[in-house]
Amino acid sequence: MSLERTDIEKLALLARINISDSESQQVTERIGAVLNLVDQLQAQDTEGVEPMAHPMDATQILRADEVTESNDRENLMSNAPATEEGLFLVPKVIE
Amino acid sequence: MHNLSVAQISQGLSKGEFSSVEITQHFLDRIHQLDSSINAYITKLDESALAAAQQADKQIAAGQANPLTGIPFAHKDIFCAQGVKTTCGSRMLENFISPYDATVVANLKQAGAICLGKTNMDEFAMGSSTETSYFGKTMNPWDLETVPGGSSGGSAAAVAARLAPIATATDTGGSIRQPASLCGITGLKPTYGRVSRWGMIAFASSMDQAGPMGKSAEDCALLLQAMASFDSKDSTSIDHLVPDYSANLNAPLEGLRVGVPKEFFEQGLDPQIAAQVHNALAEYEKLGATLIDIELPNSKLAVPTYYVLAPAEASANLSRFDGVRYGHRCENPSDLMDMYCRSREEGFGEEVKRRIMIGTYVLSAGYYDAYFRKAQQVRRLIKNDFDRAFEKVDIIAGPTCPSTAFKFGAKTDNPVEMYLEDIYTISVNLAGLPGMSLPCGQIDVMPVGLQLIGKHFDESLILNAAHMFQQATDWHTLAPAFADNTSEANGGAS
Repeated sequence: MSLERTDIEKLALLARINISDSESQQVTERIGAVLNLVDQLQAQDTEGVEPMAHPMDATQILRADEVTESNDRENLMSNAPATEEGLFLVPKVIE
Repeated sequence: MHNLSVAQISQGLSKGEFSSVEITQHFLDRIHQLDSSINAYITKLDESALAAAQQADKQIAAGQANPLTGIPFAHKDIFCAQGVKTTCGSRMLENFISPYDATVVANLKQAGAICLGKTNMDEFAMGSSTETSYFGKTMNPWDLETVPGGSSGGSAAAVAARLAPIATATDTGGSIRQPASLCGITGLKPTYGRVSRWGMIAFASSMDQAGPMGKSAEDCALLLQAMASFDSKDSTSIDHLVPDYSANLNAPLEGLRVGVPKEFFEQGLDPQIAAQVHNALAEYEKLGATLIDIELPNSKLAVPTYYVLAPAEASANLSRFDGVRYGHRCENPSDLMDMYCRSREEGFGEEVKRRIMIGTYVLSAGYYDAYFRKAQQVRRLIKNDFDRAFEKVDIIAGPTCPSTAFKFGAKTDNPVEMYLEDIYTISVNLAGLPGMSLPCGQIDVMPVGLQLIGKHFDESLILNAAHMFQQATDWHTLAPAFADNTSEANGGAS
């Protein structure tokens, strides 16, 4: 399958990754090459095969809903790029 | 001193031939002297290592030593360690100081091991050469012009160069076994779910698995012992008894059935590697094992299957890097969307961005069934091949990689060529099996790796098979000339 630059621009937006105009041609070609590789799968007959999500077909472990952690806000927020009074700062969302 | 095995270091410590502080200082000195030439470490932890070594010496003096008490080691920089920079090889986490310990980190602290530093890796463990790290490439100690493999290239190079006796690593598609092969060391990827993923920065959650690297199977057994545990904090951790991995190392291999998959000797294998691997298989026959031809017909689809599933999982896992709670944020974002898009553009490198976008593509409306579901179905066919093979064999053996270490830049312009590095290792991750690489030869001084694959939770058997091979051969004892490239006199016991 062939990818167009417009496909890549749409994909980049969905993935929330900015791609500069100068890179977009190369990005398109290299992603196209990988998609050509994975297209080999299409020839394989998988009729009736159950999809496999976990190597041992295990399901999620459940645990009791108990409080185990204490409030560690300051420590957990110390890596944030911008904070104020215990809140994460982001650009204005509502005018 | 730096050529000692873990058991020898432990013995030296208990006999008082040297202290943990002394051996820790010895490795730190070597790191400061040699690491600038190979860049195996992102972060060096002199201060905390020496403090921990002092504690270990007290424990040893009090007669409370465990097998790893006072033993220096290195952590791949994918494991969160409290108060320590944890970068995952990415600009995105350049300044990230982990607020907590990964379970693997906590387990090794509990065991009394001494962390020398955090090792270099492909960004977010995506790569097979350690060239995608934001912190510069790592050099292969056997030839500084070639790659150490990846993604755990820093850990592999550190062990090969004797800048750490053992190291932790992770393997999603071959990231322990391929660098172990290229650097001439021993590495084990355990069964999926054997070692906790909690606090290990996620790439592809249904395949990510941490494991040990060392100079020998014996050392890997000791490190795996400390790493492995059931962990209720990891929802895919499996509650399965952790056996004594050292107990059966010396069991005779008489009657062992070794499966040899014909597919692993096709698909562009360097004929010189094929010859070395056949020599290794002949060694197993001498040890009493029987070779049995097997078929893994769907393994030819392992690489395409992986490059649907791993990017899909990565695109979901890496969506957490939004420039809000931690990680890189761009300057002066005009609005929320601009902040997301530019923070991720600047914070991630080319390979990571490519995989996120491929993952986004295969999961997007209209393509999900054709790609993601299809790949999950083929994944089962690949696993079924192994199940059938293991009805008639106990372990599977073949090459780890199609070639020895390659030159820097040789595969960076062609992602597909880089992906084919993992052609023999990826199917093992898809099936969740334990796999190991151990040195079995050299071509023009460059190491060749033998891969051993076991049934689920059969780590003890592949460690046994690897150890017996290492008792009969000396490939694993060879060190690169680089490791002795110092003017220092060797310390006490070496």
